Amino acid sequence: MTLSDIFWKVMFYCAVALIVLVAVFPFYYAILTSFETGTAIFRVNYLPESFNLDNYRAVLGGANFLRSVANSVLIATVTVAGALLLAVTAAYALARVRFRGRGLLLMTILAVSMFPQIAVLAGHFELVRFLGIFNTPFAMILSYTIFTLPFTVWVLTTFMRDLPLEIEEAAIVDGATPWVFITQVFMPLLWPALVTTGLLAFIGAWNEFLFALTFTASETQRTVPVAIALLSGASQQEVPWGPIMAASVLVTIPLIILVLIFQRKIVAGLTAGGVKG
Amino acid sequence: MANIQMKAVRKSFGVLEVIKGVDLEIRKGEFMVFVGPSGCGKSTLLRMIAGLESITSGDLLFDGERVNTVIPSKRGIAMVFQSYALYPHMKVRENMAFGMKLAGASEEERNERVARAARMLQIDHLLDRLPKELSGGQRQRVAIGRAITRDPRVFLFDEPLSNLDAALRVATRLEIAKLHHEMNDVTMIYVTHDQVEAMTLADRICVLRDGRVEQVGTPSDLYEKPNSIFVAGFIGSPRMNFLDGARAAKHGCHTLGIRSEHIDIVADGEGEWTGTVIHAEDLGSDNYLFVEIGAAEPLIVRRPGKLDHANGTHLNLRPQAQHLHRFDAEGRPVSQS
Repeated sequence: MTLSDIFWKVMFYCAVALIVLVAVFPFYYAILTSFETGTAIFRVNYLPESFNLDNYRAVLGGANFLRSVANSVLIATVTVAGALLLAVTAAYALARVRFRGRGLLLMTILAVSMFPQIAVLAGHFELVRFLGIFNTPFAMILSYTIFTLPFTVWVLTTFMRDLPLEIEEAAIVDGATPWVFITQVFMPLLWPALVTTGLLAFIGAWNEFLFALTFTASETQRTVPVAIALLSGASQQEVPWGPIMAASVLVTIPLIILVLIFQRKIVAGLTAGGVKG
Repeated sequence: MANIQMKAVRKSFGVLEVIKGVDLEIRKGEFMVFVGPSGCGKSTLLRMIAGLESITSGDLLFDGERVNTVIPSKRGIAMVFQSYALYPHMKVRENMAFGMKLAGASEEERNERVARAARMLQIDHLLDRLPKELSGGQRQRVAIGRAITRDPRVFLFDEPLSNLDAALRVATRLEIAKLHHEMNDVTMIYVTHDQVEAMTLADRICVLRDGRVEQVGTPSDLYEKPNSIFVAGFIGSPRMNFLDGARAAKHGCHTLGIRSEHIDIVADGEGEWTGTVIHAEDLGSDNYLFVEIGAAEPLIVRRPGKLDHANGTHLNLRPQAQHLHRFDAEGRPVSQS
């Protein structure tokens, strides 16, 4: 190994370390802060100094926090299930069925996802009111599904295009009905793509704030991000940073666990374009 | 096990007609090869027999029964695809048994039939592997095995050898020929653009051109009595020599065809054509001499054994009179009178 090889290797790992530091530091600081109380919170420290579970007790002991977690789980799960069901069928049509305007439709789907949330918020609000689902989980489920579908459809369409047509024909010759084909051939092959898009949709729904704030009125209907933001302290002037950090850590942990469980599938889903021969 | 009849079968994709009226009978237990240049409709025709393409008009009959609208799995066919089309997530055994499983066969029956097919193709040791762990040739055997386990009336092959390298192609060709001998009551239809595969495998060949049947016959029929310039030029390697103008007029035709092995090298003054060797290919058993005689293309002369004609050698050539193919201006054979 020459000197310049070593130099570039060192540079490479320095860059990696920098990126990891920037990415992980906010979460690390949140964890540190969540174990601190009182004025310790406002002292800047980069190493753990105290270990105090009061913030966690405060959050979990709060009246509606667990209720909010349950809301979030319900909303994110139903959103993912609904979006995947719609996206798989839509992607099948967009990838396999020839019809006039297919390209235009794909572009429209992509264009829809470009609007900023705030631009469509008023429209969504009218829709939610019209359907009579204001202040129910369905309001969030509907709008999250609408927002996550373009991405999900796009990713699954590209995946499905990569699946050889002849496999489908072989299954037809073998006597597979569309249902058998989708469940026994398609799904196992698309599994990495489904996990990837499903997880991203889940994270999107889990973290969403603006719609959740707008479409809920009562505390019992709030999702976790709204509940955290609206945590109130002893007085109006006090922002309860400790409990906020504790709650943030608590709601991030499920996501980390999910990603760790599915990480190999995610990598396969993001890299491999499907099934060559 | 099935006799297949096509009556005025047509297929259009929108305004584009790809099969322009095909009448063809494929006999029970026959090995029929569809051959033709790309775009001639041979694959479409096969897929129509399989039921993967609908039939725009005309009738398709299996053993006299109209099957135009019968779904593929109920036609009693099995198909081997060009890309093998194995299910990537299933082991070889599951791949082969998938069709039977869907048809509701018992596990013993499935295992028995898979084992029998695997023995036949010598893939017993691969049954518990995934397709990605197999070589190209092994995958193609598994694909053929999957077709066998379906116990079909009709076997359909869609260019099954074109993804294999040359040596494997010859070996697998032999394998398919053996399969035909062992399962000699099963009708087989095989699509290829390679006329060597067609010649070596077929009981009868159907040459297609531009959505129509150009000629149907045994390989030797097609080779010896092509009924058009197209068939004459398509079947046989090296390609048949064609001469026109005065050279053809001398034999009373518009185009004169003569195969490379039917031209003799003769002594000075006895030849019909003279020319110089511009290129020679030594294939070991045969020599191809490319002789420039002033026609549009050099004449290819095929001689067995070792020859030593350096480029520039002057040769006198004479065609064997009984092997001349004479065609009129429409490319049809001039009747022998």
